[in-house]
Amino acid sequence: MKLAYWMYAGPAHIGTLRVASSFKNVHAIMHAPLGDDYFNVMRSMLERERDFTPVTASIVDRHVLARGSQEKVVENIQRKDKEESPDLILLTPTCTSSILQEDLQNFVNRASNESSSDVLLADVNHYRVNELQAADRTLEQIVRFYIEKAKKDESLTTIKTEKPSANIIGMFTLGFHNQHDCKELKRLLSDLGITVNEIIPEGGFVTQLKNLPKAWFNIVPYREVGLMTASYLEKEHNMPYTSITPMGIVDTSSFIREISSICHKVYEAGSLTNLPTLDVEVRDKMKDLKILNKKDVESFIDQQTTFVSQAAWFSRSIDCQNLTGKKTVVFGDATHAACMTKILVREMGINVVCAGTYCKHDADWFREQVSGFCDQVLITDDHSQIGDIISQIEPAAIFGTQMERHVGKRLDIPCGVISAPVHIQNFPLGFRPFLGYEGTNQISDLVYNSFGLGMEDHLLEIFNGHDNKEVITRSYSSENELQWNKEASAELSRVPGFVRAKVKRNTEKYARDQKTPIITLEVMYAAKEAVAA
Amino acid sequence: MVKNKKRFPLFQTFRNSSSIPASKNSVLETANQSISVESSNETSTAAPYSGQFECETGNYHTFCPISCVSWLYQKIEDSFFLVIGTKTCGYFLQNALGVMIFAEPRYAMAELEESDISAQLNDYKELKRLCLQIKQDRNPSVIVWIGTCTTEIIKMDLEGMAPTLEAEIGIPIVVARANGLDYAFTQGEDTVLAAMAQKCPAREGRLKNINLPIARSAIRADETLKSARTSVEDQATKTVTSNSSNSINADPPISNKQLKELVLFGSLPTTIANQLQLELKRQGINVSGWLPSARYSDLPALGENVYVCGINPFLSRTATSLMRRRKCKLISAPFPIGPDGTRAWVEKICNVFGIVPTGLEEREKTIWTNLTESINFIKGKSVFFMGDNLLEISLARFLIRCGMVVYEIGIPYMDKRFQAGELALLEKTCIKMKVPFPRIVEKPDNYYQIQRIKELKPDLVITGMAHANPLEARGITTKWSVEFTFAQIHGFTNTKDLLELVSRPLRRNKNLENHDSLSKTFALQ
Repeated sequence: MKLAYWMYAGPAHIGTLRVASSFKNVHAIMHAPLGDDYFNVMRSMLERERDFTPVTASIVDRHVLARGSQEKVVENIQRKDKEESPDLILLTPTCTSSILQEDLQNFVNRASNESSSDVLLADVNHYRVNELQAADRTLEQIVRFYIEKAKKDESLTTIKTEKPSANIIGMFTLGFHNQHDCKELKRLLSDLGITVNEIIPEGGFVTQLKNLPKAWFNIVPYREVGLMTASYLEKEHNMPYTSITPMGIVDTSSFIREISSICHKVYEAGSLTNLPTLDVEVRDKMKDLKILNKKDVESFIDQQTTFVSQAAWFSRSIDCQNLTGKKTVVFGDATHAACMTKILVREMGINVVCAGTYCKHDADWFREQVSGFCDQVLITDDHSQIGDIISQIEPAAIFGTQMERHVGKRLDIPCGVISAPVHIQNFPLGFRPFLGYEGTNQISDLVYNSFGLGMEDHLLEIFNGHDNKEVITRSYSSENELQWNKEASAELSRVPGFVRAKVKRNTEKYARDQKTPIITLEVMYAAKEAVAA
Repeated sequence: MVKNKKRFPLFQTFRNSSSIPASKNSVLETANQSISVESSNETSTAAPYSGQFECETGNYHTFCPISCVSWLYQKIEDSFFLVIGTKTCGYFLQNALGVMIFAEPRYAMAELEESDISAQLNDYKELKRLCLQIKQDRNPSVIVWIGTCTTEIIKMDLEGMAPTLEAEIGIPIVVARANGLDYAFTQGEDTVLAAMAQKCPAREGRLKNINLPIARSAIRADETLKSARTSVEDQATKTVTSNSSNSINADPPISNKQLKELVLFGSLPTTIANQLQLELKRQGINVSGWLPSARYSDLPALGENVYVCGINPFLSRTATSLMRRRKCKLISAPFPIGPDGTRAWVEKICNVFGIVPTGLEEREKTIWTNLTESINFIKGKSVFFMGDNLLEISLARFLIRCGMVVYEIGIPYMDKRFQAGELALLEKTCIKMKVPFPRIVEKPDNYYQIQRIKELKPDLVITGMAHANPLEARGITTKWSVEFTFAQIHGFTNTKDLLELVSRPLRRNKNLENHDSLSKTFALQ
């Protein structure tokens, strides 16, 4: 048993459901007790999702506990098959129902015999893996299932597209700024003359998964989810992939250089990589494509860095100069924490005292990435540990998750949120990507705004600060001919701060109208009722 | 670990009890059956609902009952809640409810890991370790263990371990099984209060005061118990008479009124509790305590002469516990939600205490008159309850009284006995307002409900959080049912807030209609 107050990564079934509900026309059935289906609430509330979350709980109750699920799960699968005719129905237990050790695979087999949808059991150990690992695993399982299915019925497309193309793997629902990142990434690829073949799982159809091998290569923007799928495709279909996250100016350039070199290799290897046999003329023309031409790639990077992204200029500006050497702590998932550490140090000259991640399963990679960029590395999923370190270091700003934002609030240290777990604030209506060149602008804004203001503290003192005038409390009764008795005062103090003044004013107005000099509880409540009129 | 074989003895009888003759209700209820017309109606109220009542598949969404932790830890200020469950439970608390851990968290998860599930570790030792840590860090007056589905499945004997452990660490431990296998959302509070009722001190002093020999009272208690067990109608009358005669014979100088104590159960913000208390005080009734109290040490004393009355419809198990285990007398009344409900609630308590209520009718009238404008706005509009927090019957009754038309009342679980007073008032209100009895659907199926909503096109759907945005996107106006769980809706004073909740979504739409570009619904269908 572990005393736990907070979790950075959710339980396994959340990862599975995120993958399932990101695909279009896929329905997930949860084998779970009442209330375990809160994923529906998260998706509908956090993302303001307009569609019903395609997740149904087949409820485990006292009867199921006593006699087993019997027909219940099978019936629920078949019912959804008829009601929504999805392409795929994915069955998953939760931590709770997985202990029941019911033979869910058997249910799946029985149900799939009689339903027109494909039926799969998400194959995840709910006590050993977290949300991110489960998502990674489930995505791979679904991709593998459909590729193998296509192989069997010989509908698999292995001939590459004529022009360079890529799959983006790992964009999905309830991801940290994933929608914006996806848009930005698509723009970046199209600027480079690369077509996007498939984006999975967000918005993709499972029936299209057989087209995955058509792309020249795969992009895994976040290493938390998608690496398993990418390496499966690499092994089975000889598809190269990049796992460089195009976050920050430096890493975006290396991302572009890497995909350029991948494209070059695919192009050179020609028939080996299943490129369609084209006549010489077309092939020669392709050589002029931006992505296959080193010089063009470099000038694109240069152009973007100088003119599209304002981040490089920000780094040189006097505002950023004032940030030089300021102490920060960075914490988040492996991808975002590592990238952010490098951006702060390399691109802004800020001192990262401690960089950490809660992705314990990816600790080695993280250590390697941030070594040399920070003084201290922290791998933990215990929020109090990172809280202690923050209060010890007393950094000028924190870049972390919602939890660190809370820690910061308590210690009066500003915090920029750079990583999941997601919060409704991570679904802004405006365009806020973290990836690509537009992402660099967003990150610079975030960094700048996080550090109080650009001006040094001593300058603030010289200019007498910003809002240094105290707010005069608005009190209706300056003469104060009214008296609040003990109970009423206590009651007033229980009223939430933001409406207390209003309640006080209304009550006193009522008391004055009624000519009651002493305000009692009864007067207070009566005033409330009177205001209702 | 000892496997607890007898699981839920109380619970089982209770759930099955809907088939028990209605009159049993009155046995345990009150000695003042014949005091007024109101309470003689009582027997008929326990009769099944005259409207359509059905039970669907139960494929519906609601919150897990452990969510009660989020409001109970705030209510009981010196408590610590330990939820013994998996990551799934923990993530729910932190995420779906948006409950953040602030500076001094007074609840935590005892997260069960693989070694706990496979019984490689000793549950007792593990819980002791965690509780000692809690004692050291927070030193609470009480630790509430919240059992979850997982502790049920692995049959962790929490009730068996608690007494030994509380003796060892010196902090009382309350064990509540707020699991999703048996309960829905707000019933979590019910499990906690039912367990806490066991920890309330006994009201013995009172018995001595009235010079009643302890031995005699013990015998009588035994009799009451027996008669309750056999639960036949004539037995019932015997208990009733013996009870009332005993208080009269025992000590004539002390009037009947003073002998009775009133304890209210259900957690309410202090402000609302004060307001309800004040309403009763106006009628000359003092509330001697609340379950739960703001501090664990202030739990009310319970015993034979204590009358108890609930303020929320989801507290049926607490009611049973108070009656059967603590020998309290339950006042079965409608719930103090809306001016009509509040009046009926106060009236019922007055009846039991032999007081003729004064000024109640006018008070209700004033509230209604003051709200005429808001009521006119919602009058004639239709509403559909998908079912979430078990407050549905009371809310529907109030809205019907306001002139709304209720198409369907979905409800996770319906205890017809505990809600008898409320159901009767619902019927009465329907007759008064000349509307048909709405259909009540227990354990609804959300999919079918959405089909019905599409067909009926109600003006307002009161629904759980999972369906609100998708329904809005289909041009259906919604209100979150959880808001009614957390908002202050009890008593006369808060009627305006209650109406505000219902009318805000309708007003929003009306405001948007004035702008062409916004008036387009995002109908997806």
